[in-house]
Amino acid sequence: MKVILLGPQRRPTLDAVVRSLDLSGRSGAVATITAGWQDRESDDGELSGLLGGRDVNLELYRRWLEVAELDPDYAAAERRLADELAERQDSYLLRLDHALRAVYALQRRSGSGRSGSAGQRGRERLRAEAVDEALAAVRELDAAHLRRVDAARGEFFADLRPHDRPVIARHRDQVADMLGEAAALVLAGGHVGVLADVLHLFNLAPVLGSGGPVIAWSAGAMALTDRIVLFGDRSPQGPGHPEVYGAGLSVLRDVVLLPHARSRLRLEDAARMEVFARRFAPARCVLLDQGTRIELGGDGGWPPGTRVLAADGHATALEAA
Amino acid sequence: MTTPAGPGVRRKLAINRLRDRRPVDTAAVDRFLARHQVPIVEGARCTFLYRGEADEVFLIHRIFGLPDHLPLRRLHGTDLWSVVLELPDGSRVEYQLEVVRDGHRMRINDPLNPNLAHSPMGSSSVCYAHGHSVPGWALFDPDARPGSLADIVVPSRALRRDCPVTLYRPARFRRTGRYPLLIVHDGGDYLRYAAAKTVLDNLIHTLDVAPLVAAFVSPGDRLAEYANSAAHARYLTAELLPRLEAELPLAGTPSGRCLMGSSFGAVAALSTAYRYPEVYGSLLLQSGSFVFTDIGHDHGGGPPFEPVVRFVNRYRAAPRRVADRMFISCGVYEPLIVPNRSMVPVFEAAGMAVRYVEARDGHSWENWRDRSREGLSWIFPGPQKYVYE
Repeated sequence: MKVILLGPQRRPTLDAVVRSLDLSGRSGAVATITAGWQDRESDDGELSGLLGGRDVNLELYRRWLEVAELDPDYAAAERRLADELAERQDSYLLRLDHALRAVYALQRRSGSGRSGSAGQRGRERLRAEAVDEALAAVRELDAAHLRRVDAARGEFFADLRPHDRPVIARHRDQVADMLGEAAALVLAGGHVGVLADVLHLFNLAPVLGSGGPVIAWSAGAMALTDRIVLFGDRSPQGPGHPEVYGAGLSVLRDVVLLPHARSRLRLEDAARMEVFARRFAPARCVLLDQGTRIELGGDGGWPPGTRVLAADGHATALEAA
Repeated sequence: MTTPAGPGVRRKLAINRLRDRRPVDTAAVDRFLARHQVPIVEGARCTFLYRGEADEVFLIHRIFGLPDHLPLRRLHGTDLWSVVLELPDGSRVEYQLEVVRDGHRMRINDPLNPNLAHSPMGSSSVCYAHGHSVPGWALFDPDARPGSLADIVVPSRALRRDCPVTLYRPARFRRTGRYPLLIVHDGGDYLRYAAAKTVLDNLIHTLDVAPLVAAFVSPGDRLAEYANSAAHARYLTAELLPRLEAELPLAGTPSGRCLMGSSFGAVAALSTAYRYPEVYGSLLLQSGSFVFTDIGHDHGGGPPFEPVVRFVNRYRAAPRRVADRMFISCGVYEPLIVPNRSMVPVFEAAGMAVRYVEARDGHSWENWRDRSREGLSWIFPGPQKYVYE
C-alpha cells in the first residue's frame, strides 16, 4: 500500500500532491475522512475544492452518531469503555509523571561532558547507567499501558461483536464499498482519539489501500500508526509529558509521528528531546511540519530527507542508506 | 539634556526632570500631564500623581508589606503631588488616593488614571506595572463560539430560601454529551467582575478547557453561609447537585465535579468538600480566607472570621483528604498570602494533588480572572492534546 504523509495543511499542498499522483487511470472518487473534525465533519468545502470536487466523504463521525442513537446498548458499552480507558490513562499519567521526573533528574546529574580523572569518569558511567535504567522503566510503563489499552479494546470488540450488530454492519459494508471504488483515500487531521475510534469501529484496516494510495496528515497520519503518542509542550500548564494513547490502524509500524513538531514541541531543548527519542527507540520519531511530504512504499522504509528526532535529541534528516 | 539609558545607567524619572525645570509653572505641569499616562511607569518605578489643592495627599493601597498610606509630596510652587513606588515586573496594583483638605478626608479614584477595577465594594484605580499584560483570553473574542446563560431558582430547605443559580452551557451543548460540572461561589460576581462567561467561552474555544457546565451560585448572608456552614454544604451537595445531575447531561462522578471560590468563597468550597469528601474530585481555591492561629486567639480578622479560624484550625490539627486535586492561587500583595502558602503543604500531606500559583497581584477579581486559565485547564483540561489539525 502506498502511503503519503503530509505536513499540516494550513497552507495546503494536498492539491499538488494529488495532481502528482496521476489518478487519471482510476475512475472512482477520492474518499475523504474528516471525522477528526467532529461536529464540523461536513464542513469540507475547502477540502473538496483542493480535490477538484471529485471527492466523497465517508462521514464516519455522522455514522458513529447514528450508531450511538440506534444502538443504545452499544453506546452504553462504549461509554463504559471510555470511562475505563480514561481511568487507565489517568493512572498511567500519574506513574509516568514520577518515572519521567526521575529520568530528567538523573539526566541533569549526569553528562557534564567533561573528561576528568578516572574517578570522575567512573562516576559519570554510573550516572549514565542510572539514566538508562530509569528510561527502561519508562519504556516498560509505556509498553504495559499500550498492552492494557489494546486488551481492553480487544475485549470490548469481542464482547460487543460489532460485525453482528445490524446498524454497525450496515455502515461497515457501505464504507467498504465506497472505499473499494475510490481512487485514493484522504485522511485529514483533527481529534486523534475520535479518529482512531471511528476507524476501528468501521473496521477500516482490512479495506484500507483497496482504493489506491492513502494520503494523510496530522491526526490522520497518527491514526495510521501502531502507537499514537500525544504530545504538547505549549499548554497552559507548561510542557506536558508525551503519553502513549493507544494503537491506530497499525498500517505504519515502529514510528511515532509528530505533526506540528516545531510549534508543539520544545525542539530546542535537546536534553528533553533526547529522552523523547530514546524512550520510543527503535521506533523513529518523525517530524511532520508544514511542507513535509513523505512517500512510503511497501517496504516500510523511510526515504532520505525524512526529518526525525535523532538519539541525541536534535532534529535531523535521514540520509540515503 | 536627558541622561542616556543603558546598562547600569538609570534614566532620571520624568517627575524629577520636571522638578529640575525652572520655572515649573501651570503651563509646564499641563504639558507634563498631557505627555504622560498616569501612573507613569518607568521600568520598575511607578510615579503616582495627583493634581489639586490639598493639605495632604496619600496613596492608599493594600500591598502586603508596605505601609498602606504612602504620602505624596507636592512639587514646589505647583499643585502637583507625586510619590514613586518600585513595583516588580508584572505587578498589578489597585489603589485610591486620599485627599486631605481643611480637615476633611476624601478617598477617591485617581482622576488622572482611566484604568479602573470593579468589585462589589465599588471601584478602584489600577496601576499596571512594567511587564503586566491582560491575557488575551480574558477579553471578548468574536471568533469564540458563545455558550449560554440561564437563570434558575433552586428552593433550598437547608438554607430556607430560594437560591438563584445561573447555569452556563457551553457552545454546541448536546443532550447526548457528558459534561463536567463547575460550581462557582459568588457566581454573580465572577460573571460580573471576572468575565467568567467570556473566559469560559474563550478557553473552551481554544481547547484549553473541556466543554463544561457551570453553576454560578450566589449567597444570601455571605459571611454566614460561606464561613463553614453545614447548611450551605447541604444545599450544594444534597439539593443543587442532585437536581443538576438529574436535569443535565453531567458526568456525575467525583472527577467530573469541581467546587470553585475566592476569598470566603474558597472557604465555602473547602468546607463543603470537607463535609462531603467523596463527592467532589477537584477544588479551585483563589485567595482563600484560610486564616488560622498557631497559638492564642488573635487572628486579626474580626468576628466574621471566628468560624473560619475554628474550621481552619481544626483542619490543620487533623488534615484529611477532601478531594483528589486542588488548584490554589493567591496574590503576593494580599495579606492572605501567608495563610495560603501555609496551607499548601498541609493539603499535600493529606494526600491531595496540589497545584499552587502565586501572582504579583492583590485580593481582586482581575487577579482571580487572570489565574482561571491555569486552574481550569488543569482541573478540566480541554482536548488540546488530542487535536492535531
